[in-house]
Amino acid sequence: MRAAVGALVRKDLRAELRNLEAVPAMTLFVVSTFVLFHFGLDRDTLSGSLASGVLWVTLLLAAVLGMNRLFVTEREQGGFDAFLVAPVDRTAMFVAKALVLFAFLVVLEVVAVAAFSVLLLGPGLGQALPGLVLVLLLADAGLAVIGTLVGALAVQTRARDLIVPLLALPLCVPLLIAAAEATAPLLAEGGGGAPEGRWLLVLALYDVVFGLLAYAVFDFLLED
Amino acid sequence: MLGRGLKSFSIASTLLVVAALGLTFFYAPLDADQGFIQKIFYLHVPLAIVALGGFVTGGIHGIKFLRSGDRRQDLRSYVAIHMSLIFGVGALLTGSIWARAAWGHWWLWDEPTLVSFLVVFLLYACYQPLRFSIEDPERQARYAAVFAVTAGAFVPLNFLAVRMAESLVHPRTLSSTDNLPGPMALTFLVAVIAMIVLFTTLVKYELAAKSTRMQLGRLKRRLSGEAPSAPLTTRRSAAPQNL
Repeated sequence: MRAAVGALVRKDLRAELRNLEAVPAMTLFVVSTFVLFHFGLDRDTLSGSLASGVLWVTLLLAAVLGMNRLFVTEREQGGFDAFLVAPVDRTAMFVAKALVLFAFLVVLEVVAVAAFSVLLLGPGLGQALPGLVLVLLLADAGLAVIGTLVGALAVQTRARDLIVPLLALPLCVPLLIAAAEATAPLLAEGGGGAPEGRWLLVLALYDVVFGLLAYAVFDFLLED
Repeated sequence: MLGRGLKSFSIASTLLVVAALGLTFFYAPLDADQGFIQKIFYLHVPLAIVALGGFVTGGIHGIKFLRSGDRRQDLRSYVAIHMSLIFGVGALLTGSIWARAAWGHWWLWDEPTLVSFLVVFLLYACYQPLRFSIEDPERQARYAAVFAVTAGAFVPLNFLAVRMAESLVHPRTLSSTDNLPGPMALTFLVAVIAMIVLFTTLVKYELAAKSTRMQLGRLKRRLSGEAPSAPLTTRRSAAPQNL
């Protein structure tokens, strides 16, 4: 299992490094969206819950782009078939894809948070950073799980690009609520407060519940 | 096979719905604050409860389908979710009307139950497009079941998150039925039971209609000497086509 997951993750990361398909597109999308928000809101700096909302909605939409691409090569280049004939546990595919999406999101956020603090954020990021990293990692885990499930669900349908956002956005609403509420005090004017524990708890609960659920049902999406 | 008990269910749901309406209009007292408009409560809340229950039922049938591969469970899951969507539209409309009358706005974002219901409704509204965009019937059933299970688990989690995020304007009907005065509680209870029986009856009708149509298609194909695996209808539909 571990060897299979490792091989799949290495393959995906290598493919991404050679093609530079998903992560650069997501990053560009995030920066353009920040510019759009600047003009759409007509504000030079944001703080508090507005900043947190803009950051999270942008990250969520960028994550949807990543979910869209996650399984496309497997389907088009016959990766699914090759994986299914290999004598490994099918859950390895789920774990590997979730890890890959998680890695993509982390790379994306390194750029996105830096760009956000330069372009839009009013208060300094310095002391808020540890709390923000915690919230980002918890939310990334949830996004990776949902994204893997939805991506696998949608890749075999005719209207793939439509199905992914339609399914993923409502499913991510609790995640968005908890992440945005937890981030708001961190980005408040005049230095960050701590994120409220209950929102971190909701994020963790969401990760665990959907992690287990996706782990249980993922096999059925591969069977053929 | 699926049409058994339709008659008794129809009679029971007619009687119960009439009883619920009678109790609502002639027995339950007028609400002290809201007056007559509060009576929409006896329609709105049962609709919402039954729709959510139907979504979860669809998820349970989805699990049963994934475990057994029995296509009838797929049909049941589809019909439960389909009917819940219709009830959900009713719940959203009545909720909106009630909000307008009670608080002066068609939509209130600080009302967690309405908001979480909308999110759940939006998610389930993708059920039909998802089924529609998968051609292979076996894969369609399997993917729809995976969706039904995921979304069924999403319902309680979403309510938890939205409820925590919002203020507490909306009456907590499920936990506060004991705060209702006796006649109101009785009316509410009868209304919920009537709605559950009505939902079950409609689901039974749809199941009977769908399985009858499939049976008819099979017989027609046997008459015309076609292969039994030939597509049943030329009209595309999101519903399961064959058992």
